[in-house]
Amino acid sequence: MHYKNKLKGVLKVDPVLLARIQFAATTIFHFFFVPLSIGLVLMVAIMQTLYVVKKQELYKKMAKFWGHLFLINFAVGIVTGIIQEFQFGMNWSEYSRFVGGVFGAPLAIEALLAFFMESTFIGLWIFGWDRLSKKLHLACIWLVTLGTTLSALWILSANSFMQVPVGFAIKNGRAEMNDFLALVTNGQLLVEFPHVITGAICTAAFFVAGISAYNLLRKTSIAFYKKSLKMALIFGLIGSIGVALTGHTQAQYLVNTQPMKMAAAEGIWKDTPDPAPWSMFAWIDTENHENQFEVNIPYALSFLSYSKFEGSLKGMETLQQEYTEKYYTVVGEGTSYIPPVKTTYWSFRLMIGFGVAMMILPIVGMFLWRKGRLETSPIFMKWMILAIAFPFLANTAGWIMTEVGRQPWSVFGLITTADAVSPNVSAGMILFSTIMYLLVFSILLIVMVYLMVREIKKGPDAKDALALKNPTDPFKVGA
Amino acid sequence: MELSELWFILIALVFIGFFFLEGFDFGVGMSTRLLAKNQTERTVMVNTIGPFWDANEVWLLTGGGAIFAAFPHWYATMFSGYYLPLLAVLLCLIGRGVSFEFRRKVDDPKWTEIWDWVIFISSLFPPFLLGVLFTSMLKGMPIGQDMNMTPGFFDFINVYSLWGGVTVTLLCFLHGLHFLTLKTDGVLRQRAAVLAKKVVWTVLGALVIFVGLSWLMTDIFEVRLVPELILVVLIVAAYGLSYMFNRQKREGLAFSMTGLGLAFTVTAIFVGLFPRVMISSIDTAFDLTVYNAASGNYSLKIMTIVALTILPFVLGYTIWSYYVFRKRVTDKEHLTY
Ligand code: HDD
Ligand code: HEM
Ligand code: HEM
Repeated sequence: MHYKNKLKGVLKVDPVLLARIQFAATTIFHFFFVPLSIGLVLMVAIMQTLYVVKKQELYKKMAKFWGHLFLINFAVGIVTGIIQEFQFGMNWSEYSRFVGGVFGAPLAIEALLAFFMESTFIGLWIFGWDRLSKKLHLACIWLVTLGTTLSALWILSANSFMQVPVGFAIKNGRAEMNDFLALVTNGQLLVEFPHVITGAICTAAFFVAGISAYNLLRKTSIAFYKKSLKMALIFGLIGSIGVALTGHTQAQYLVNTQPMKMAAAEGIWKDTPDPAPWSMFAWIDTENHENQFEVNIPYALSFLSYSKFEGSLKGMETLQQEYTEKYYTVVGEGTSYIPPVKTTYWSFRLMIGFGVAMMILPIVGMFLWRKGRLETSPIFMKWMILAIAFPFLANTAGWIMTEVGRQPWSVFGLITTADAVSPNVSAGMILFSTIMYLLVFSILLIVMVYLMVREIKKGPDAKDALALKNPTDPFKVGA
Repeated sequence: MELSELWFILIALVFIGFFFLEGFDFGVGMSTRLLAKNQTERTVMVNTIGPFWDANEVWLLTGGGAIFAAFPHWYATMFSGYYLPLLAVLLCLIGRGVSFEFRRKVDDPKWTEIWDWVIFISSLFPPFLLGVLFTSMLKGMPIGQDMNMTPGFFDFINVYSLWGGVTVTLLCFLHGLHFLTLKTDGVLRQRAAVLAKKVVWTVLGALVIFVGLSWLMTDIFEVRLVPELILVVLIVAAYGLSYMFNRQKREGLAFSMTGLGLAFTVTAIFVGLFPRVMISSIDTAFDLTVYNAASGNYSLKIMTIVALTILPFVLGYTIWSYYVFRKRVTDKEHLTY
């Protein structure tokens, strides 16, 4: 009997699960391109500014070459974003009905304020090299930079509402906005936005650094790539220190607002001793609520959470009781408020691990730079090539921790993920659309990587545009 | 006027903006096969819309976002109900968006040819699908008491909705041809003008049939007889004038007229809907209206302030960018895409 039921459960695909897989897959894919766009456009804008101020051709070449790579990435970033905008209505219609009056506003404002700016000025930048004055053309790329940052700000304010809902009241059976200011000054947003932006700076820095290192190893365009690498190292250091500091403020905020997520991220079942150690490694047994083979760093979790070497954290068992008392009116009794612990735990560790690695590498690089051995250190160069992947993995892990750790809630304390899904959309439809997206994404990814590799092989000295292959013969193609 | 009514008008204006602007770049995309004779001509055409297509598409995203924020129930019902057509639109927009950037990144005519086919297909289907979507909305969809739509195949696909799709596609095609007469030179400009003169008759025919079908299949002429009749006259007049201006080689005016034609058509749809936003074919009591689908008043007030503050800037720099790229595009110059 028991087994039969289990079998049925496996065979019958759950639309909620499918919708979650689709959301996770498409946002993670979107967020491969997003941070690179945000960070790289900033770097290109700075390169072009140096060109306009110092009037050196090298900087113009840098702006053009890295600009080309940026544009390829930007195109894919845009098209993967469009899916996100539609997805809330297509797969999460109950969610949209329930919070649309609050959550929709930042999305609409993002389109109006940020997307128009991004798309118009990127057009002006791409096509305006010879048509606009130097200064005006420079202003265009800065406006694109501003646009991408504003876009991040508004979408993250929507996401922050899901983590820590503010500025609303439950009216007519749904959430209605009653304080816009509270929504845009959400404490969660104030810690999340800087973390995401510094993460984006890391992403671009390590991208530029890795490609430069690869070409320095091949000994092509040395002056060009050395300059790029140096600039990237500075960005990488600023970014990685920034991401650690802002991550720290996030953790402190998290302990207060979503203690369950923090407990899961640390694998804490019972309340910790005071001071609390930070768990570096643990084999988590989710069934018996205990961990084996723990390796701990004493005091560190107290410091991460409270900025001092004392203070304990509540465990998941305590929190389960507290949440049950608080939320049983929303979701009924017998609900588990514990998110998937292992996923949350390990994604947190991945993010921090890569974060530490990303701080060490630029420091080593700067040391070599001062010694004048930057381009003659093949081992360092090889590490930098490998490190291109680090920020991408850290970003993905960060989002997985943030979003999976919020489960079972879609909007914390208000609506669960299971209640958010569209009731009139069948599992088959979601499965079909997911397969289509994944198919298209695979093609996009392959083509994009292929084009980037080509562009990199062509190098910074390649000609700007292709000649037209078959010029029109006005006598042959008559009207 | 209530704020929810104002937002209905604002959303209608955003869709007018969308069809006016993206309408011509869809049309140019269609022309890459229906007018261009070789790759060079296609390259010229793509470059006429190069700096604009992305911002034009944002009008659609803004429309979606505005519906989400101002009418969450409308957004939820429409997007979950029109699942498969919207999936198709999305896949097209994905292909289209990258094709412009990718098409000449490899120095090989075959590579360009592949992406040019993507541009053509993904410029042809979205206007058709959006036409199907809007016309079937006018006719009514099976929406139940819980505001959820559970459509069957024939709710999307029927004579009326298909004809609506064809009509919208034709309107965009003609608009694109006029854009090309305005933005290209030489033989291409002439051929576009010649073809536009032929297509305008097809468009008028399609519109007449569409009006007839609307009379039979929808209640928009019962609900708003006089405004709809005026709009029909305006639409026909706009296309008639576009023909005249095209003959007189006043290309800017001809283009404006097909733009107005699209604008009046969208207006006619929204006027026919009001005050409903989604019509239920099961029971009029289940209709979604601007009153029962809207967000709270506070939310609408904030959105109004934000929108009215930002929109002038958006319009300002949009116009500026069209001014910067006002020159005709030819194959004599450096072409970016
Ligand atoms: C932190 C930043 C960030 C995050 C979390 C997201 N996006 Fe994004 N999005 C951007 C930052 C961004 C960007 C930097 O503005 C993009 C990405 C790369 C690009 O080219 O523009 C963009 C593009 C982009 C576009 C295309 C805009 C255009 O046509 O110009 C849409 C419609 C969305 N996004 C929508 C979303 C939605 C609904 C998200 C929520 C799930 C989302 N994005 C997550
Ligand atoms: C070095 C130490 C780091 C710490 C202490 C840290 C801390 C955190 C915390 C606590 C969260 C969860 C916030 C929440 O759920 O509300 C988070 C999320 C996130 N992290 Fe980190 N992080 C670090 C490094 C990094 C790095 C190197 C990157 C990428 C380059 C990164 C990218 C992200 C992203 C994208 C998110 C999800 C968005 C968000 O909630 O801000 N993090 N981080
Ligand atoms: C682009 C970066 C983001 C990534 C990589 C990301 C990742 C994820 C993941 C992995 C899930 C699945 C969690 C699960 O079901 O177990 C999820 C769910 C979700 N996230 Fe995000 N997220 C991102 C940004 C956002 C933003 C900005 C919003 C809101 C504006 C958002 C809203 C949601 C919603 C509505 C769901 C589905 C419901 C749910 O599972 O709770 N996400 N996301």
